[in-house]
Amino acid sequence: MSDLDAFRAEVRAWLEANCPPEMREPVREEGDVCWGGRNWEFKNEAQKQWLEACVAKGYTVPDWPKPYGGAGLSPEETKILKQEMKRINARSPLDSFGIWMLGPALLQFGTEEQKVHYLNPIARGEIRWCQGYSEPGSGSDLVSLQTFGEDKGDHWVVNGSKIWTSYADKADWIFCLVRTDKANKYQGITFMLFDMASKGVTTKPILLISGNSPFCETFFDDVEVPKRQYVGEINRGWDVAKYLLGHEREMISGGGAGGDMVSIGTLFARSLGKNDHGELDDPILRAEMAAFDVDVFAYRAMGERFMDMWKTGRAHPASSNMMKYVGTELNKRRHELVMSGGGSEALEWDSEETKGGARARGWLRTKANSIEGGTSEVMLNVIAKRILDLPGA
Amino acid sequence: MPLYHNDDQAMLKDSVAPFVAEQAPVSHLRSLRDSADATGFSRDLWAQFTEMGLPGILVPEAHGGLGMGHMEAGIVLEEIGRNLTPSPFLSTGVGAVAALAKAGGAQAGRWLPAIASGEAIVALAIDEGAKHRPDRIATTATRAGNGFRLDGKKSFVLHGHVADMSIVAAKTDGGITLFAVPKDAKGLTADPRRLVDSSLASHVTLGGVEVDADAVIGEVDAGGEILDALLAATRTGAAAEMVGVGQGAMDMTVNYLKERKQFGKLIGEFQGLQHRAAHLYGEMEVARATVMKAQQLLDEGSEGAKLMVSVAKAKAGRAANLAVREGVQMHGGIGMTDEYDIGLYMKRDRALAEFMGDVHYHIDQVARMNGY
Repeated sequence: MSDLDAFRAEVRAWLEANCPPEMREPVREEGDVCWGGRNWEFKNEAQKQWLEACVAKGYTVPDWPKPYGGAGLSPEETKILKQEMKRINARSPLDSFGIWMLGPALLQFGTEEQKVHYLNPIARGEIRWCQGYSEPGSGSDLVSLQTFGEDKGDHWVVNGSKIWTSYADKADWIFCLVRTDKANKYQGITFMLFDMASKGVTTKPILLISGNSPFCETFFDDVEVPKRQYVGEINRGWDVAKYLLGHEREMISGGGAGGDMVSIGTLFARSLGKNDHGELDDPILRAEMAAFDVDVFAYRAMGERFMDMWKTGRAHPASSNMMKYVGTELNKRRHELVMSGGGSEALEWDSEETKGGARARGWLRTKANSIEGGTSEVMLNVIAKRILDLPGA
Repeated sequence: MPLYHNDDQAMLKDSVAPFVAEQAPVSHLRSLRDSADATGFSRDLWAQFTEMGLPGILVPEAHGGLGMGHMEAGIVLEEIGRNLTPSPFLSTGVGAVAALAKAGGAQAGRWLPAIASGEAIVALAIDEGAKHRPDRIATTATRAGNGFRLDGKKSFVLHGHVADMSIVAAKTDGGITLFAVPKDAKGLTADPRRLVDSSLASHVTLGGVEVDADAVIGEVDAGGEILDALLAATRTGAAAEMVGVGQGAMDMTVNYLKERKQFGKLIGEFQGLQHRAAHLYGEMEVARATVMKAQQLLDEGSEGAKLMVSVAKAKAGRAANLAVREGVQMHGGIGMTDEYDIGLYMKRDRALAEFMGDVHYHIDQVARMNGY
């Protein structure tokens, strides 16, 4: 038996012993996702147990080094862990912008002291982070941001506002892009970290077409940020932000490929019915669903290849833009089919049977996928210029 | 196994890519076409392929081959696709080898070494109608004398008129049986037709062809599994070749966008075209990953291979088709001329798309395998 086979056997046994049965169910509603943080209330004992077991083992961030709360696994071992978790439909023990976005940026740009100080609580799910990038009026044009940090010697005083800050009302800390030099558009932005409980920070939810509100407006009114709380170099926050956006796109695009492993056509056997040949009783919708399934299986293969290449430095730096573009467009298509397949049932907005209109709300929510984290059009611009090397206008 | 080429595979690509590009670029196809070549490919080029060991890439070492996998065969096929190189590699080196290696026995011992040494060209006589429907084989094999008597008609048999042997799928009492039918078998006729991509495919008639019992590939009535192996290998190979065709067309097109001026600008500056090119890039990358995944699963002998093979044929079909259509459109008027190469890519894609099941066939297969 090779080392990797032995590792797989070990993981399998560990999961068998430590993953509670309630955590081997697909995520069905918002409360099924464990976000952690200072004010987190576990949905049930199993959710708590599962997080604690994974934290103890370093499995919330398996590929991070051990001193920072990880398990120090190699890319191959990490892949095996993910495969084995997928095999038993294990839920993610912890969903976290700290893990997906800030963590990789700190690993790359943080000082040793910052890594130890920030990464361990992230790995344990103790601090919930939000991201302060977009501003009213700036949209995908991030370098136009206006929030300003005035230099006061040992600290900055930050004034301005952010928009589309996901879960800002629930987050403990924020990683934030702040202009620290008004004269320099690109090299005048600093990547700062600060506590959302700081004096002068307020948030306001933004109601969306889905009727839900993961997003907030966030206001900074003379917020004091100590000088030790920036990442990378002062005025070079754009380098950190760009690196981090690569990870964000990976996460958003994961929605199209990850999530439900069930092929979409099998979800609608009941609402559509089957004909005498055992085929869905709507040949055109069946064909569209199967064509979609082809694209999902294909995208999963791409996801695997992308990760294999990304982790070994083989991927083009802009290939995360391609993943984001393809994945989010796919996810939107999925939810259009979910609505078609569900028929009138899927239209119900607040009935108990539909779990409060989960399908309709989910469908509407996905429309943001190709806007948040950079629009599809911006992704295509980046692919055209940076990968295909097409001339600038 | 990571989903990128390892060092050995990268080395293979580094030797095959320049070789095919130098020895058999698109002009090679043009000269065969313009001289109405009756063979359909260059025997000289095939001899060069043989010197490099390529026909035996999938042939087990015990039979004189290199004993490599579908990932390696795919590397060759992608370059064949990129250069539109006419070659019996897909049917002989991939489809026939997969069937014979799966079956083993006397026919494997007879033909695998001959394929590896470049002596034998093998054709695949599977399809019978205008569309690929391998579950509806009507050709019959009835017991007669010491062997069988084959009756039926086959179509879309690539290289059928020059093949030293044809693998014929026929119905027997208890299932499907595959036969190795030699070129000179009495009652076998092959009527070659030139296709849109200038390749030659035959209508094959089996009029009471008599073969010995040992012409059976594998066991009588048990040809289904061997046929499946043949189909999986050939479909994956065709998908790899389509990735090459699509990539070749895309590269030509992107280069054209950087050269051609209109309204005083390079047309590649226009966002409308940039977005279409970038979308195409994404589709091609996804198709490439999918084909590699199918190759990997086939090489591992995984249960999931069959599904991924259909996914790959469908996805590569869609992506390559987009690449050639966008290629012709973005080239504008010149893309419609025979003199310019982009149209040849469109023609080759059309033929490969149809070979061993088109996009619709494989999408339907995916639905079936998923139980709806």
